[in-house]
Amino acid sequence: MNEALLRSLTPAVLGILVRRGADFAAAEDAVQDALVEAVRVWPADPPRDPKGWLITVAWRRFLDTTRADAARRRREDLVDSEPAPGPTPAVDDNLQLYFLCAHPSLTPSSAVALTLRAVGGLTTRQIAHAYLVPEASMAQRISRAKRIVSTVRFDQPGDVATVLRVLYLVFNEGYTGDVDLAAEAIRLTRQLAAAIDHPEVAGLLALMLLHHARRASRTAPDGSLVPLAEQDRGRWDTGIIAEGVDILQTALARDRLGEFQAQAAIAALHADAPTAEETDWVQIVEWYDELARLTDSPVVRLNRAVAVGEADGARAGLAALAALDDALPRHTAVAAYLHERDGDLATAARLYVEAAHRAPNLAERDHLTRQAARLKHRQR
Amino acid sequence: MAKYLLLKHYRGAPAAVNDVPMDKWTPEEISAHMQYMRDFASRLEETGEFIEGQALAPEGAWVRYDGPGRPPVTDGPFAETKDLIAGWMVIDVDSYQRAVELAGELSAAPGAGGKPIHEWLEVRPFLTEPPTISE
Repeated sequence: MNEALLRSLTPAVLGILVRRGADFAAAEDAVQDALVEAVRVWPADPPRDPKGWLITVAWRRFLDTTRADAARRRREDLVDSEPAPGPTPAVDDNLQLYFLCAHPSLTPSSAVALTLRAVGGLTTRQIAHAYLVPEASMAQRISRAKRIVSTVRFDQPGDVATVLRVLYLVFNEGYTGDVDLAAEAIRLTRQLAAAIDHPEVAGLLALMLLHHARRASRTAPDGSLVPLAEQDRGRWDTGIIAEGVDILQTALARDRLGEFQAQAAIAALHADAPTAEETDWVQIVEWYDELARLTDSPVVRLNRAVAVGEADGARAGLAALAALDDALPRHTAVAAYLHERDGDLATAARLYVEAAHRAPNLAERDHLTRQAARLKHRQR
Repeated sequence: MAKYLLLKHYRGAPAAVNDVPMDKWTPEEISAHMQYMRDFASRLEETGEFIEGQALAPEGAWVRYDGPGRPPVTDGPFAETKDLIAGWMVIDVDSYQRAVELAGELSAAPGAGGKPIHEWLEVRPFLTEPPTISE
């Protein structure tokens, strides 16, 4: 059974049902039923046209559940008169699904869940498992989301930025069990990039690939964080890096810069350096300036302060940091790092302890506690 | 089988025997401690006694209803005055004795100097559904 094939056909089949007039929630249920049926039937009796098979089964299922028995004759007429399955331009349908699943009326977590299910073809169980949520809670989240988007009238083009934000959220999540959310996000973004010609879609895809290429080197076997400068660059996936850089350059050449392209450019400069010392920090600071101009985000300015610290020295970094609100996430960690680079180990150690207390996840907390411990032992 | 909650405290528990704050340990001692806890959990996974473990951030707030149409009252975080729970592990074991035995083992995780911390862990049984059949 080719699960990847099933998953890749899901959005197209769903899109066709919706276009034929099925409402979204009912269509989605029907497609899920058809997928289950496919898993049962295909191993013994593989269809010649998998997509056509799925469309037929899902459409029948939809009709079964929406029409009363009294209308059996009419239903059979409808089945008879259904358009023959065959090559269908699925691109627009796919796109519409992306926009629907990332609709602004949904909360981010609902949009993510619905995208993974309707566009990604994952089961509720897989999604629940990936997000460490009980299956019943995830099922509720998805049916609420379906109810909400069922009332949405889709008479205007959706907002690409919303879709990209949802895909970015999927990519950023950790993963457990049999679904690798980062890989899933890349797959969906590739699909989107094939369907729509937009430099920021390419920018996001490049960004994901460039980060994904470094994944194996980012954590030690015991799960602890390995900072960029200490990563074994030999373990970076050069093939994925080359692909990311390629996609990024094509996007940049179109001269419609956006935040994802700028972020990808920074990631590309890191990926490009043969050693940490050879990183082109001056160019990275320039990209952070672009990014700050595009987003006006304090988090970007915080990252910029780190880059300034590397390009122009720790003092310059601390000066850039002083202009920022110290309640920002990771502000204390950055301050600790820059003070250490500046040679003030006592202040750095104190700040690392404070940063560890504020750390948003276990791996970072352990990492920062270790940094504090390292400095305290060096001072003895 | 009965479920028990093993609670680790940042503050509020009696002092540990080997009571040195973690940031004063060496990086190797921190790694050894983490490894001990991971090994402990995976051993319990193999025996089928592990349910879950979670770590908590130190910040927290008290929240209270403040009457109709008004936003909830929040108070805190009282970082210096209240107990703080650092994390928990939920186990599903055959007896109270087994729960105590495991908590004792977890409390022996190595700390400064590679010696056991001897920290106090709180062991609390879960309340359960009434039995369907009672004799």
